[in-house]
Parts: sequence; C-alpha cells; structure tokens
Amino acid sequence: MKKILNNKTRRTNLMTYLLVIVTFGVMQSLSSAGMLGSSMKGFLVPICVYVSLAVSLNLLVGICGELSLGHAGFMGIGAFTGILVAALLKEKIPTDALRLLCAMGCGGLMAGVVGFLIGIPVLRLRGDYLAIVTLAFGEIMKNIIGNLYAGVDSEGFHMAISTSKMKMEAGAKYIINGPLGATGVQKIATFSMGFVLVMFTLFVVLNLVNSKEGRAIKAVRDNRIAAESVGINVTVFRMKAFVVSAFLAGMAGALFGLNYSSVTATKFNFNTSINILVFVVLGGMGNILGSVISATVLYVLPEAMRSLQDYRMILYAVVLILVMLFTWSPKVKEVTSVMSDKLVRIFRKKEVGTNE
Amino acid sequence: MQILQYLINGISIGAVYAIIALGYTMVYGIAKMLNFAHGDVIMVGAYISFCVTNYLGLPAALSVAAAVVVCTLLGIAIEGLAYKPLRGTPSLAVLITAIGVSYFLQNAAQLIWSSSPKNFTSVVAMEPISLADGQLVITGEVLLTVCVSALVMVGLTLFTGKTRTGKAMRAVSEDRAAAQLMGINVNRTISTTFAIGSALAAVAGVLLCSTVPTLMPTTGSMPGIRAFTAAVFGGIGSIPGAMLGGILLGIIETFSKAYLSTQFSDAIVFSVLIIILLVKPAGLLGKQIQEKV
Amino acid sequence: MKKFVAMLMVLAMVAAMFAGCGNAEKPAATEAPAASDAPAATEAPAADAPAADAPAADAPALKIGLTGPMTGPAAAYGLAVRAGMEVAVEEINAKGGLQIEFKSEDDEADGSDKAVSAYNSLKDWGMQMFAGAVTTGSSLAIAAETNADGIFMLTPSASAVDVAAPYDNVYQMCFTDPNQGASAAELMAAKWPEATIGVIYDSSDAYSTGIADGFLAKAAELSLNVAVSDAAFTADTKADLSTQVTKCKDAGCDLVFLPFYYTEASQVLTYANTIGYKPTFFGCDGMDGILTVEGFDTALAEGLVLMTPFDANASDEATASFVAKFKEKMDGLVPNQFAADGYDVIYAMYNACVAAGVDGSTAPADVCAAMQEQFAAMSVDGLTGKGMTWDEVGAISKAPAAVTISDGVYVPMG
Repeated sequence: MKKILNNKTRRTNLMTYLLVIVTFGVMQSLSSAGMLGSSMKGFLVPICVYVSLAVSLNLLVGICGELSLGHAGFMGIGAFTGILVAALLKEKIPTDALRLLCAMGCGGLMAGVVGFLIGIPVLRLRGDYLAIVTLAFGEIMKNIIGNLYAGVDSEGFHMAISTSKMKMEAGAKYIINGPLGATGVQKIATFSMGFVLVMFTLFVVLNLVNSKEGRAIKAVRDNRIAAESVGINVTVFRMKAFVVSAFLAGMAGALFGLNYSSVTATKFNFNTSINILVFVVLGGMGNILGSVISATVLYVLPEAMRSLQDYRMILYAVVLILVMLFTWSPKVKEVTSVMSDKLVRIFRKKEVGTNE
Repeated sequence: MQILQYLINGISIGAVYAIIALGYTMVYGIAKMLNFAHGDVIMVGAYISFCVTNYLGLPAALSVAAAVVVCTLLGIAIEGLAYKPLRGTPSLAVLITAIGVSYFLQNAAQLIWSSSPKNFTSVVAMEPISLADGQLVITGEVLLTVCVSALVMVGLTLFTGKTRTGKAMRAVSEDRAAAQLMGINVNRTISTTFAIGSALAAVAGVLLCSTVPTLMPTTGSMPGIRAFTAAVFGGIGSIPGAMLGGILLGIIETFSKAYLSTQFSDAIVFSVLIIILLVKPAGLLGKQIQEKV
Repeated sequence: MKKFVAMLMVLAMVAAMFAGCGNAEKPAATEAPAASDAPAATEAPAADAPAADAPAADAPALKIGLTGPMTGPAAAYGLAVRAGMEVAVEEINAKGGLQIEFKSEDDEADGSDKAVSAYNSLKDWGMQMFAGAVTTGSSLAIAAETNADGIFMLTPSASAVDVAAPYDNVYQMCFTDPNQGASAAELMAAKWPEATIGVIYDSSDAYSTGIADGFLAKAAELSLNVAVSDAAFTADTKADLSTQVTKCKDAGCDLVFLPFYYTEASQVLTYANTIGYKPTFFGCDGMDGILTVEGFDTALAEGLVLMTPFDANASDEATASFVAKFKEKMDGLVPNQFAADGYDVIYAMYNACVAAGVDGSTAPADVCAAMQEQFAAMSVDGLTGKGMTWDEVGAISKAPAAVTISDGVYVPMG
C-alpha cells in the first residue's frame, strides 16, 4: 500500500477514482433521500456524460497533443446509434439497464469504427490542419444525421437520407425523423450507468496513459522525430488514441441520447465540440483529474447563474476569460506560486512545530 | 447562362469569405493563434456601420470609416486585455480565451442592439448590371467585394513585403526569438497585426452585410468559421491563399447547392476540403515546412 | 504540495457551488404545496400543511413558467414571447383577483439538456403550469418531462405534431406544421391553380421542414404544378440564399412558397429584387414580423401573401392596447405573432384557471387535470383568433387568415 502511495502518478490516479466514487456515493444517497431538487437531479447524468467526453478528449488533446474540434461529431454518432439500437431491441431485451449497456456499446463501437475510417487518411495531418479536418468531419456528421430518417413498420426496418426515399407505411413511427431528430425516445439512462461510464472511461484512459503505449504516445507528442528514431511507430499510436477517444465519446453520446426524450443533430455542432475543449484546457492538458473537475464545474456554472437572467451568458464569458488569464498567464502564475509557496511554508512550519 | 449566374453568385459569397479569411490568415500567420473572435469583430463592424447610416443619417463612406475606427480600437483592446497576458503560453490557451471573447462580443451585442434582426442597407448605390435579357445579373456588391478583396490582398502583400513594420511582422512570424534579438518589438508588432486584422474585419463586416443583409448578434460566427475553413483551404498564413481559398469555397458551395444537393451542401463542401488537405496537407498555396531535428 | 493546495481550492469551489445550488432549491421546495412544513407553518398559522382551502382573497399567486431562447441566434423569438406574456401578466395582476407570478428561463433553443435543465429550474421554483417552450426542439424534450411530472403545458409557438399529439397534457396555441402546409396548398389551388410553384425551405429546421412536407403532400394530392421542391438551405448555409432563388427563377416559378421565418425571408426578398425576379411570394405565420425588421425596405414585401393569425395593425381595441403596451416594454418594437401567441397563452390559462377555481395553492397535478377538463370544452377569444378551441390531442383549431401586404399593411385576402 505504501509503495502504491509513494508513486506520484498512482497516487493521483487513486485520488481521481476515489473522488469520483465518493461524489457518486454522496450524490446517490442525497438523491435517494429526496434531498436533491429537480435541477440537481437533472444535472447528474449530463455531468457524467461531459466528464467522460472531457476525459476522452483529453487523451487526444492533452496526452497526444492533437487538437480535435470534432469531438461532438463522435458523440452524435454514438447518440443516434444508441437511440436506434435501444428502440430496435426494445422487445428483445426488456431489462432497461441491459438494453442501455447494449446501446452504449453499439454507440461506442460505431463511433470507434467511424473514427478508425476517418483516422486512416486524416491522421497524416497534424496541428491546426488536423483541427480543421476534425471540424469539417463534425460538420459533415451533423449535416448527414440532420437529414437521416429511420423507422420500423410491419415490413421491418427502414433507413434513408430523405423523406421521399422512406417507403414507410402511413402512420408508422419514425425513430429518427430528419431535422426533428429522434423524438419520443424512451429515457433509460440512469445516474448509476453514468457513474459506470465515468469509471470505465477513467480506467481505460488512465491505463492507456500509464502503459508502455502511453509513454510512447507522450514521447510522440513531445518530440515526434526523436520518438521515431527510437523505433516508435507514430501512426499506430496516434490511431490508437484517436479510436479509443472516439469510442468513449460514442458511449457517452449514447448515454446522453437516452437521457432525453428528444435529441436533434444540431446539438452535436461546433459549439458543443468547443465546450468540451474548454473543459479540457481549463482542467489542464493531460491532467485527467482536472478534466473531471472542470467539466463538472463548468457544466453547472451557467446553470447556477440562472438568477442573472439576461446577463447570464455574458458573465459566463467574462468568467471564462478571467479563469483562463488566471490559470495560464505567466505573470499571474508567478504571483500565485509565490503566494502558495508562502502558504506551504507556513503550513510546514506549523507541522514542524507540533512535532516538536 | 445559368451556370454563369451560379458562378457569379459563388464569387459573390466567395469574395466575402476571402476578405474575412485575409484577416484570419494575417493574425494566424504572425501571432500563430486561431482568433475565433474574428467573426464577432465583423459583426460589431457591421452594427457600427448600420447605426451610423440609420441613426445618424451619415453617408455610407463615413459609416465604413467609423466602423474601421471602432473595430481597430476594439481589436487593440481585446488583444491587450485578453491575448497579451497569455503570450508565450500554449496556443490552445489563447484559443479558449478567444472563444470567451467571442461569447462576450455576441452577448454584449445582444444587450446593446437587441436580438431582433436588422436589415442592413447596402453601401453600394449602383444599379445591378443586367446582361442577356436579365438572365445574368451582376450586382454592385459583387463588383465592390471582389475589387476590395483583391485590393486588400495586393495591399497586404506589398505591406508585408516592402514596409519596415511589414518586414518586422514576417520576422516575428518566422522566428519570434530571433526577431526579438534583432531588436524588433515583438509585442508591438503583434498588436499592430491585430489592429490591421480588426480594421479588415470592419470592412469585411460592411461587405458581408451588403451582400447578405440580415444583421444579428450571431451574424459573424458562421461566416467566420467558413472563412477560417477558406483560409486553411488556401494555406493558412498565406495571403494570396486566403483569397483563392475564399473564392473557391464560395464557388464550390454554390455549385454543390445548384447541381448536387441543397441539403447536403455542407457535407459536400467540407468533404472537398478534407480531400484537398489530404492531397496538399498545407493547403493550396501553403508552404510545407520541413521539420528540423 | 502546491498542486495539492490548488486542488483543495478547486474542490472548495465545487463544494461552494453545489451548496449554492442547494440553497437556491430549498425555498422552492417549501413553497410547493404538499412539501416540507417549516416555513409554511410560520406563514399560515393554525395549519401545519399549506391548506388548499385557503380563502380566495389572499390566495397565493399562480406560478406560470416559460422557457425559450433568450440568448443566441433564436433569441428574437424567445424575447418576443416573453414580453408578450409579461404584458398579459401585468394586465391580469392589475385587475386584482387571481394573481400570476411569471418566470422565464433561457433554454438556448436546445433540444435536450439545456431545455430540460431550464424546465427543471422552473420546477424547483414551484411552477404549476408551463407556458412554453418557444421552439419546437425544446418543446419536444420538455413535453415528455411535463407528461411524466403531470404538469400542464400550453406552448405558444412549437408547432410540430409530435409536440402535443403523443401527450394528453400538452396543448398548442399555434397551428401544427402539416396543417399549415396543407392549408397553404389549398389556398394556392383556389387562387392560383395554374401557377408554377417553387418551394424554398430550411432543411435543418423542424418547423420549416414540417410545413414543406405537409405542403408537398397536399400539393401532390391537388396536382399543383410544383417545379422546384429541392431548394433547401440549412442554419449553416443561410448566409447565402441566392442559389435557391436563382433555382426558382430558372425554373420559371411565378409563385414561391417560403415556409420559414421573416429573418431569412427578408434576405430572399432582397436578393430577388436585386436580380429583378418578381414572382408572388407566399409565407406562413413565421413570416409575420417582416414589416418590422429594422432597416428593411417594406416596398420589397409589396404583394407578399402570408397566412398569419395576427395583425399588429388591426383596429380592434384588444390588439391596439396590446401593441401599445408591448412597444413600451420593448423599446418601440412592434409585436409579431410570437408575442401575440404568448399573450393568448397566458389569457387562455388564466381564463381556464378562473373557471376551474384553480389558484396558487393547487398542486400541479390537480391543475393539470382541471386544465385538461377546461380546454376540452373551452373556447377562447384572443389576439390570434376568435372562438379558438382545442381537439383531443391538444391541437388548436382557429381560422387561418391569409393576408396580402399592400402599402406596408396587411390586407385580408378576399
């Protein structure tokens, strides 16, 4: 035990897991005791979703150093796949939790496969060019999903990308209905499953980061040429990170989609991608615990500011800018490091004092 | 004839993208940051011009001048308050700040000018030229936008190539540390770049809204992203590239709407972009920089 | 150690925020009837549960909530509805008798999490009836929530069939999309049976696509000559609508159907004028407001036909007083049908509550039951129609009025 705690990364990882478990325990017991309002209860699942999105994007942006502006695209693929799967399996798997798991698995898989297919050509680019291509991909996905129609009638399953091509019987129920999105979705997402998703995401990402491959990925980020010269196959590692990140985003998307009775493709736009990126950067690039905390705080922040009415979003923008300045600006950093050094010194002195 | 009309429509919107992209590419090339607030500076420029013409009743030329002045000051203020303190940090940190600024400008505009859309009065008083029995129409806005963006392109190329400040900008763009060692004031050079970029944004705002008259607090954001795409398309950092990228993007967009599918024109445009970047990873006119060990 | 201190600070911040949220909820929970007892007991002595049989004179105010886009690209619509509702609430409260407490939240026109959390925060406030949402996407997400919670919902402007049809507690104040599309086709068949028709629509918007689909289905049935039906645009490409207009021009359309909002329509009209294309343009209720776009040359809208339930220039007293009050509230902005629908929603709810004897102390589920009963039998005269009634799925029935724009005012079509 002591050995584990002496290792710094292990200690941080353990703290991350502990924090998530304790928070889940507290929130779950508060919720079952009926002490949470509707708003708080409503936040639980989306917070889990955004935490895993932020952690999975951090794998790509923070650990690999690849800027992606299309994370919401993978989330969207996962959401709509998950909704379709859940609707189609309704009779076959009557247990909600099991069906949800299936839907999330399929959502993740679909996103992972698409991520792989896109990754083959796209990962040849880097830096801002990779960013713009991922942005383009996100827009393409939004455009296609926004024109997708799917439904079931007595003849079975139909799917098309325009109403005229949908040969559905009159009155049959659409599962996905073009710009209306998926409507009448049965809400089967639960906070417990959100917790499972977050733990799974953390497990996958932390293990990948601290494995041999993770070290290779970081080596590629810090100095690609040097990494190549010691025989690390850059493309394979980048691809692995890209696919894993897409897979996790797909799972999170499926959970998100099944938490609301309707979801439209426009939800998965550039702004959502950017929001997830904001979580990652504010939490610290490569800092997984930071992503968990910042996703939670930043998701709740605009909601907590509702009482400001029309000034809410402008103040959110101001807070965002100020936080960025305070956490990144070299000058501010200098000041805070001096301050915290002093704090630590006082703290230590006291400690020494009591020991004597 | 029909195809020519579509071509003109494409050039019309393309030239607007081009002039926005010029601002993007300029700031990116020298400050090495994606300024996502650029689109919103455009919106502010358009509002200023709208207010000067509609509320003060002044002529169009004056309104453009006012917009340029206000946007330049705004650009300098944004740069000084939000970007300068972050100089030297990873570009992502500045990117997020830029997004914060973008949200701020949009919401501030809503509080100042309300969210109801306004119809921008075109600054061009010219009657459209009608050819071939009215089958082919060229508007004054098209001619003006194309001329202005070409002029700006040439102007910027000359400026960065011939003047002292321009050369300093190029030096900062190539190697910031070395430029500093040679006695170039890097901070001031970057601030100048922002000032020029924002002045261009004001002009772009007026031209955008003269072509597409709806003016709302979110008017700048989508054309901003499109123009960013155009800048990458042409090779980000390259001035002629931004021009070429903008015009091409406009034409591709119009043709895909006209002949392929209106619903999927976004998907088509972005697919073309991806394909081009795969063939030419640094964009059409971008320089592929060799990495040194 | 430094990191640890920083982490502690962040955690403290999170804790503070959660605590803040928690505090905000507490009073709401106690205000809601049948909730915990402490503050209620102090306010209402002699009873430890908030009594439903309180005398009507000092009955607590009815709590009505609204969600809509108050920021972002659709904010104009949300703010119009909100102001329209506020006018109605102020009128009612000035009358004395049953009072209304009104609260609105921003849902950013989002179809999922933001909409639901805006709605949840209203629920925590103690909302008894929901007068939203403004946009179709948000309404779709919220309708399922209101249904599960048993809260009555009457949306002013969400017009998709799927909003109200699946749920028995959800009603609409506006026409449903396919109906509007169908009546447009019928009107065209009656007035311009020989016309070559072009349709431009927003394929990323449920409202626009709904009307266009309804229209095309009916047009095929009536064998109208629709030459262009694929001229769509999306929210991302609406900056440039010239291609769509050119398409209609090239196909020789002399009647162009524009089932979308006035914001984009003003763009279409301006461009068509520039290229000298002068067909008859035909709009829907979303077109109402085009004459009030600041800086828009109303001459371009001359001859435009639109189907709108509301006319801000109407001479009747109710409209005139509403328009005056709205203008005062919104810096001289002329109200459009969004605002008028919002105003009617509040009055419809108020009338039903008075008839059913519902006040602020009635539990939301009981309010809902009473409202359903009232709305089944009720007929309302409002700004957007006379004798409006609702069918069993919650869709409204009011006469669609077609008007032409002539000299900058609406003239009813004969």
